[in-house]
Amino acid sequence: MAVQSKGRHVSYQQIVERHTPPRPIVRNTIRAFVVGGGVCVLGQAVQTLFVRFAGFSPQEASNPTVAVMILLSVIATAFGVYDKFAQWAGAGSAVPVTGFANTMASAAIEHRSEGWVPGVGGNMFKLAGPVIVYGVVAAFFVSLVRYAVMHL
Amino acid sequence: MAGAWMTFVWAFVVGGIICAIGQVIMDVSKLTPGHVMVILVVAGAILDGLGLYDPLIRFAGAGATVPITSFGNALVHGALAEAERHGLIGIITGIFEVTSAGVSAAIVFAFLASVFARPKG
Repeated sequence: MAVQSKGRHVSYQQIVERHTPPRPIVRNTIRAFVVGGGVCVLGQAVQTLFVRFAGFSPQEASNPTVAVMILLSVIATAFGVYDKFAQWAGAGSAVPVTGFANTMASAAIEHRSEGWVPGVGGNMFKLAGPVIVYGVVAAFFVSLVRYAVMHL
Repeated sequence: MAGAWMTFVWAFVVGGIICAIGQVIMDVSKLTPGHVMVILVVAGAILDGLGLYDPLIRFAGAGATVPITSFGNALVHGALAEAERHGLIGIITGIFEVTSAGVSAAIVFAFLASVFARPKG
């Protein structure tokens, strides 16, 4: 029975795979490169402004720069622009810190109808949470190893 | 002056490459964007642990500090800086020291967005 079905049996997964159009990897990657690079150039411009006009050193300026990029991303999300842009740009919009802010703002806006505490408060980190969880866990162990190597 | 303009070029190239790597992982492995962001943040933490992320920031500026990999880098930075001052416990007390700007800005602005914006389609 098992032998018989072996030849003819095609799993649902295989059928799905056969009919899924292949992803345009080259096109997607070029888009991600150009858009992601563009977002970073915008960040570099903001950072240069902080250095020129607010007296930050280039190292210190990266924190306020990230805050400004997040503000811009949240504004774009609130006007519904970022999500359209994200559909086109793929990882080019998801990987910069603006994508992180976008997931938080869009989750907060979307779940507002479920109330302030369970809706906005409970869902804001629904997509951004994993980044913080695994970022902190990884940073903890990396720091532990680095500290041990340097001091023991 | 030429050096200042080159920073913009390298910001574009390095930032673009990090995003392109994210896109390739997403397309080849069919993982979700959430998985890819987690992979990149962990990669940033490990690169900083190896002492490789700081040179990248000096070289590419915002090209290295704007992608999410820099979040992992900043977490390790805060933890190690505090550990230098207070010993091992500093890893726990310092982990969010540098990333405060990103996390608190995102929380406050996302909250304000939910107050003023309506869901779109």
